[in-house]
Amino acid sequence: MGVFGLKEEEIKHAIKLLGREPNDLEWSVISVIWSEHCSYKHSRKYLKDFLTKAEWVEQGPGENAGIVNLGDGYRVVFKIESHNHPSAVEPFQGAATGVGGIVRDILAIGARPIALLDSLRFGPIEKGRNKYLFEGVVGGISFYGNCIGVPVVGGEIVFEDCYSSNPLVNVMCIGLLTPGQKSYRGKAEGKGNLLLLVGAKTGRDGLQGASFASEKLDDEVHKKRPSVQVGDPFLGKLLIESCLEAASTEGVIGIQDLGAAGLVSSLSESARRGRSGVKVYLDKVPQREENMTAEEILLSESQERMLLVIKPEKAEEIISIFKKWDLEAEIIGEVIEEEKFVVYFKGEKVVDLPTELLVDGSLIFDPPYKDYEVPNLAFDFGSRVKKEHVNRFLEELVNDLFIKEKIYRQYDYSVQTNTVFSPGFGDAAVLRIKGTNKGIAVVVDGNGRYCYLNPKRGAMYAVTEACRNILCVGGRPLAITDGLNFGDPDEAEVFYQFRETIKGIDLASRALEIPIVSGNVSFYNGQAENTIFPTPIIGMVGILEDLSYLIKPGFKVVGNPVYLIGDFSWLSLGGSKFIKDIFGKIEGEPPYVDLIWERKLKFFMEEIRKERDIVLSAHDISEGGLLSTLLEMSFWGEKGVEIVLPSDKIENLIGEGSGLIVVEINKDKEIKYLDFIEKYGLKTQKIGIVKEKEFIVEPFIKRNINEFLRRR
Amino acid sequence: MKKWTVILEIFLKEGIFDPQGKTVKDALHNLGFKEVEEVRIGKVLKIDILGENKEEIISKVKKMSEIFLANPVTEDFVIRVEE
Amino acid sequence: MMRVGVVVFPGTNCDMDTYHALRLVGHDPVYLWHKEHDLKNVDVVILPGGFSYGDYLRAGAIARFSPIMNEIIDFAKKGGYVLGICNGFQILLEAGLLPGAMLPNITNSFICKEVFLEVINNNTLFLKNYKVGEILKMPIAHKEGRYYISKRELEELKENNQIVLKYYGENPNGSLENIAGIINKKGNVMGLMPHPERAVEEILGSTSGLNLFLTLLE
Repeated sequence: MGVFGLKEEEIKHAIKLLGREPNDLEWSVISVIWSEHCSYKHSRKYLKDFLTKAEWVEQGPGENAGIVNLGDGYRVVFKIESHNHPSAVEPFQGAATGVGGIVRDILAIGARPIALLDSLRFGPIEKGRNKYLFEGVVGGISFYGNCIGVPVVGGEIVFEDCYSSNPLVNVMCIGLLTPGQKSYRGKAEGKGNLLLLVGAKTGRDGLQGASFASEKLDDEVHKKRPSVQVGDPFLGKLLIESCLEAASTEGVIGIQDLGAAGLVSSLSESARRGRSGVKVYLDKVPQREENMTAEEILLSESQERMLLVIKPEKAEEIISIFKKWDLEAEIIGEVIEEEKFVVYFKGEKVVDLPTELLVDGSLIFDPPYKDYEVPNLAFDFGSRVKKEHVNRFLEELVNDLFIKEKIYRQYDYSVQTNTVFSPGFGDAAVLRIKGTNKGIAVVVDGNGRYCYLNPKRGAMYAVTEACRNILCVGGRPLAITDGLNFGDPDEAEVFYQFRETIKGIDLASRALEIPIVSGNVSFYNGQAENTIFPTPIIGMVGILEDLSYLIKPGFKVVGNPVYLIGDFSWLSLGGSKFIKDIFGKIEGEPPYVDLIWERKLKFFMEEIRKERDIVLSAHDISEGGLLSTLLEMSFWGEKGVEIVLPSDKIENLIGEGSGLIVVEINKDKEIKYLDFIEKYGLKTQKIGIVKEKEFIVEPFIKRNINEFLRRR
Repeated sequence: MKKWTVILEIFLKEGIFDPQGKTVKDALHNLGFKEVEEVRIGKVLKIDILGENKEEIISKVKKMSEIFLANPVTEDFVIRVEE
Repeated sequence: MMRVGVVVFPGTNCDMDTYHALRLVGHDPVYLWHKEHDLKNVDVVILPGGFSYGDYLRAGAIARFSPIMNEIIDFAKKGGYVLGICNGFQILLEAGLLPGAMLPNITNSFICKEVFLEVINNNTLFLKNYKVGEILKMPIAHKEGRYYISKRELEELKENNQIVLKYYGENPNGSLENIAGIINKKGNVMGLMPHPERAVEEILGSTSGLNLFLTLLE
């Protein structure tokens, strides 16, 4: 026992707040709940300025997940979480338990988890442990997600050197509340109400895991193996069904899942939310191992456990639900009036701490920040590009598509029968809502390269890209869950990246009127030269108020005109995939983001999709430039295209930019389309036409789409 | 009543293709262990059980294996009792 | 109209999807909890897909001992109609209601994709509305779908026309003779690895499964 990870000033602060020296167990408790992972002490100050409200937002950040109204009594519940450090040590279990954890956050709201998206980043697959990490993580997500019957409907996978020792595993979970279903908060209130612990027995798993996530990984990594939790997806599934059943009864006051810092965080946070206290008897906790100490029981991170705050008169009924599913269900304590976290073990009081100290008492850190220089891209870089570079790049893009398909195939994407497209098909995943004509569009997006080169711009780009992705399938963006991944906040350049990223997300979110309703911050991903690129991952949910607004991805009709919305002059090479992959350089300025334009583009797409028959397919330009966009549209539609570029500037083909969308317009509705463009103050130009099988991008490419499709 | 530990090894029957085993064999070859001819992957169960004598234990575990622990269509099993 | 029951084991995932497909065609199905000994007078029992008992030990190995399986085995012996989808098929194999066994996919991985199936025989209630030779499109989603049976028993299957569905065009998991679905000798018990309940609406990509559920309306 001790004071893992607490700084001198935090120790002094704790003593000051408490008015005495905490005992050893209390120190352990304070140190885990004041860890970065639980307390957000380096980021809290900055996150609170986000836009978090809108007419359609029912619940914003600070709870187990965000809740957004879909109309007619339907609500979508979602959040993104990271499980980076455990995945670096034991990728399979790290990723599996990451899925388990985020699913339980959604479950704690009382919502049925209906979809998962995974955003993954590794070092290059040919080097070192990266292949092992990659396969382990994908295997772990597949293992857990498939078993609990929640489809993985989308995600992203990125390979970049900076993630070599620090893989990123961010998982977003979507849940649904149907009309009449009550939403719950993780709060303990009402003196005399009981604390019911359900699910798995408590063992010695992941001890000090929360502090672990707040430490930097080094060679000691391998010795930390015992800290990794092991997930049981079968139990996870039983927990889903039993908790939803319990949530439908009258006796549940609050639901909280047990994640990082186990009982400590779930109990003290729920008490704090309910502005009350809790009295807990550790001997009542069902234990998997013998002779567990108070500290072990309290801090254990055994998976698949939930805490329910219930009315005493309903205890029998609720416990019988869990017994029916063959799960442990024990009353371990009660709610008390004094706002304290009181713990008894073997008849003795072992912890007596104010909940305010635990949950809101941690010092807020605002470390120094310093910006840094990034290499400029030679202004005439474009002239170095040769034909073989282009052909190589095209091959790579095609291979990427197949690699992604192979990954997604390992995930059950259609269980629950709501998934409209298979993962990777289209800009965003679309789920239909049974019982209605509605659908939701969901996506995760991020660009670490851009954020390294210009954190604020890269972050703005991530938000606008997620927005464009939702728009391209016919959705209207509603809200964001942000997964922020950074290095060591005590390094001035990292903290600069963090501050600028927050600014960028805030600016874009406000300009586009898309509030942030939940999120996660993960620091300590790497150190010094081994630090990751700042990687904010934007999870976004949008609504298709009527499924007929759906814009199915891929070229549709031979002969239809293809237009570019936006301007070719916005395409640049800075930070582009092409320069990175072909020349091994990450340099220059990432694309400029014009928020006024993005706003107009959003309103335009939100309106034109209602016509249903003007825009027949749409795809935005992002990584890989126009070439990638056209290739994907051809792949998805199994049709070719013939494009004539304005000049032979290489930027036109593989340059990247923000706010550009390629659309296939119904050839009988061209005039209407152009009217819409004018009405919304946008600019567009016809760039080509849909073909049967030819894939031509003049003056660079002249191929046939069958060449690529045949390799499937 | 004594405490016994039984090791139950379950393998795919001969002749049934084991893709896992093949993948592992190929990986071993890639690591330079080209002398490996075949790899088959099975399951090992460690069963702690109370009983009077060895024959009784083997008979019980055999029954468990026949009706449940092994699939008679695709799997064979071997029982080892640890002293 | 036949009464349909959908069995729920701990870990079953596709019960609600199957229920939804049945409701879609006009049925009013009931759920049958695995611990019960009452089949509630149903005419058809469906064992849906999922991961009963986490697929621990072997897929379906533990579920086949659930209390309700006693009733289902009796029911099947008396000629009652039983359909096993994916994990349900695996449970029927483990319980001996259908011959053969499932092995891990030859690819060593979980596979989720749409596949094509050919109707080889339609001599069972569930496939009555399909034509022999018809090609269907349905998703598969499994890790242990490689059907296996001994040579001698395979001959019996063929003699008795018990192979009802085969993978068409591509065999995704290495199943012996591309077998995707079989029936017992009497034809009242059927098992298939693909998911018909995921192919009942246009929006989901295929309606090949509709006819299977429509038959049960008669």
